Amino acid sequence: MQTVQGIHRGVPVLHAGPGCAAKLAIGIAGSNGDSGYISPHVYPCSNVSETETVFGGESKLEETLSNALKVIDGDIFVVLTGCTAELVGDDIANVVRNLKDAAKPVVFVATPGFKGNNLEGHEWVVNAIIEQYLVPKPRGSVQKGLVNIWGPVPSYDPFWIGNIRELENLTIDLGLEPNMIFGEQRGIANVDRVPNAELNLLLSPWLGLSTVKLLEERFGTPFLHIPAYPIGAQETSKFLREVGQHLGVDSRKLNPLIERHETEYYYHIERTSDVFLENRTMSRRFSTVTNAADALAISRFLVNDFGLVPATQYITDATPIAHQQSVARYFRQFEYGIEAEVQFSTDGYKIHEDIRSADYFGPPLIIGSIFEKKLAEELSGNFLAVSVPFKERLVLSSSYVGYRGGLRLLEDIYTYVLRKFN
Amino acid sequence: MINLQRKESQVREGRLGSITGYCGTLHDLGKRTGCGGLAGKERCFSQASLCNAACALGVLSFITDAAIVHHAPTGCAVTAMQVANAKDQLAATIKLDNSKSCYVCTDMNESDTVFGATDNLRDVVRETRRRYQPNSIFIGASCVSGVIGEDLASVARELTHELGIPVAPVHCEGFRTKIWASGFDAAFHAILSAVVKPPIKKSNVVNVINFFGSARREITAMFARLDVEPLFVISNTTTEQLSRLSESVATLSTCGTLGTYLGHGLQQTYGVPYVRSLQPHGIAGFEEWLRGLGQVLGKQAQVEDILSKERKKYWPQIERLQSKLKGLRAVVGMGPGFNFNTARALQELGIEIVHAAAWHFDKQYDDGHIPAAFEYLLSHSPNDFGLSVSDLQNHELVNLLATEKPDVFFSRHVGSTVWAMKLGIPALCLYDEYAIFGYRGLYNFAQSILDVVTNRSLTDNLKKRVKLPYTEWWLEQRPNHFAVQGNSKVG
Repeated sequence: MQTVQGIHRGVPVLHAGPGCAAKLAIGIAGSNGDSGYISPHVYPCSNVSETETVFGGESKLEETLSNALKVIDGDIFVVLTGCTAELVGDDIANVVRNLKDAAKPVVFVATPGFKGNNLEGHEWVVNAIIEQYLVPKPRGSVQKGLVNIWGPVPSYDPFWIGNIRELENLTIDLGLEPNMIFGEQRGIANVDRVPNAELNLLLSPWLGLSTVKLLEERFGTPFLHIPAYPIGAQETSKFLREVGQHLGVDSRKLNPLIERHETEYYYHIERTSDVFLENRTMSRRFSTVTNAADALAISRFLVNDFGLVPATQYITDATPIAHQQSVARYFRQFEYGIEAEVQFSTDGYKIHEDIRSADYFGPPLIIGSIFEKKLAEELSGNFLAVSVPFKERLVLSSSYVGYRGGLRLLEDIYTYVLRKFN
Repeated sequence: MINLQRKESQVREGRLGSITGYCGTLHDLGKRTGCGGLAGKERCFSQASLCNAACALGVLSFITDAAIVHHAPTGCAVTAMQVANAKDQLAATIKLDNSKSCYVCTDMNESDTVFGATDNLRDVVRETRRRYQPNSIFIGASCVSGVIGEDLASVARELTHELGIPVAPVHCEGFRTKIWASGFDAAFHAILSAVVKPPIKKSNVVNVINFFGSARREITAMFARLDVEPLFVISNTTTEQLSRLSESVATLSTCGTLGTYLGHGLQQTYGVPYVRSLQPHGIAGFEEWLRGLGQVLGKQAQVEDILSKERKKYWPQIERLQSKLKGLRAVVGMGPGFNFNTARALQELGIEIVHAAAWHFDKQYDDGHIPAAFEYLLSHSPNDFGLSVSDLQNHELVNLLATEKPDVFFSRHVGSTVWAMKLGIPALCLYDEYAIFGYRGLYNFAQSILDVVTNRSLTDNLKKRVKLPYTEWWLEQRPNHFAVQGNSKVG
């Protein structure tokens, strides 16, 4: 749903109950806003009622969809099904097939809640757009230097817009042309360019792997998988080198670029070092309690760049079992041979019990969601919410990606640290 | 008539003759309501609105020491993320310990939809009790639990016995009703049938049914002069306080839509008088509300004293603003409870209502009477304004606003305010249920209206930069273009 809305002028059409859209949007986007060109109350929805659960809802969906095409000014319509439609067994493919001559592309995806969570849903939607919309279309030739970037999940990642922009900026710095399908003024034109890219760049530990593999299979585009988006100088310089070398960017261009960024970055670190190093309420140990993408990116920054030591990292995004081993391995590959223990769990209570019983050798730094706020207070620790449920902070275009993103993350962590004295 | 013997509350379509589709005028709707010939329209195009589950479990999750166990797939329980950390912030504001409150989910998966999952539900309820020690547990239904026919009532009955605390099913399956307010009824049905106990002794407490209780300080001070104490329900109350709602001396509500089931349920079952009045928005509402209470308490003189002091203090200031607001044309888009009460308050300020878009319409409340705020407009409104019942349908609202071009729009629901501003119409959202409370509230409201129509910068700037997501074809149609004859539903 929010993945479709993340594509400018993309329109989710729900075959679901009346409350699914608003509930998910308010719950996930929280205080960060879920409106835009369209918003959850603009989504066409069959508002499944008792009648449809008894007699089936295909005709209800058919009229909703065909009228949606007349009422809503959108570029691509994506039919998403809720639990009831799936339990009743409505044949969505058939409804959509009957509308194949519609003026706008229509794609459909089965997304019942009992089959998976929102991250899997995100991947299903992107893959369905590739399969049903892009594959049948004639495609142009590969454009040198054009790079599709995948990773940030719209709305679910409070920093998605800012992160996307910063990843684009870094790519532009390398003299490449980024292509992302999400965010303002990108939209269908960028979707259309996906098959023409020279490379698919995935910045995520597991989510999106099926997408870049699908793109390789369908369009022959190779992919580069970097498991975490880069935060801070060390990780961002590594990122620029890796992508640059992969695409043959001249090192005479690359090295001065990195030099310039690092000089600026360490100017700030140097001038603020007293604050970082001399305070009474910050210890060396931290835990993240969040999705795999944020946990890995933030851990790499805090360990490889900022000199902290990882306690257990808790991954709460229901990482599929097939990916858990490889994700856990990334946490054993920090600099200086440092390793972190990883727990995959969606049981917040048990995670909190575990943190309570662990020794952080001083006040812990807990980076997670608002669910960890009270826990951090109870442990006299430091706290930062970076993932949903986010709350109590407003993010517009801020980002934790790149050199600037590292500085921003330190600003946010130390804004909390500075509130306290003991 | 409320029947607490049923395992679930009847939905409003069947119980109150409520509808979600109508387009006409105030007096036309009044006439149809009176003669019983009111049939709601369905739509052959609709947009996502809201569901009863979010309402039911949303309000219940603000009980200080209760647990919600949502028998649903994980996405449905996203309400847990919605209420976190609002309930913590609210508890902290009024210094309550809500550490026993929690919202958990049984995380129903595909095999559960085939084999059922009541065993897992039992385990989750037991584990929830063990971990958080809540004093009551509400088992929330979902579309999935409803379609596959999970017997929540039996599970709740067994576990009430086993755990020794109220465990109540909340029948808020999203497909059961188009009226999300039915979710309030489902929540109150659970409270009335599982938590409230027969009275042992009468107290001097007045139940005030509201959402979050922002006016608690003013109301507490005002009620002290009537020798009673308000209990704001159901947010921030404990299970124990709720169990004694039957001992209260009266019940008031700040929203007729919200209050009908609990207010009338307490009156019918335990004889607690439910003050059936206008809601306390603006002057007429505030006066009738407080006088209604005064009458129940036999404190008419004290009430008149409060009212005359408030009037003296604020009326001259309100009058000064009235002359500046007179002649403004307004559209109100809210649920019926707040809508008709807000419309009346606007008329008190001399503002013309050109249209009221109510998200649903209750033909009657649970006492069988037409809602007081609607009746008041029928007999007092200076004009017969346009009235539609539009289920939060954004396409209808945008179409209507584009046609009516009012000077100002009033909203109350998430995601509805900005659409007027995108059309260049200043809008004011009344999120706080006490935003127009009494004389002081009306004064604030009047000043806020003047502020939004005076400084149009955000409205004008936004309008210049945005494009509406609707086709030109749609904006040329009538708002009720997609209305079709409805099937009469029985709940």
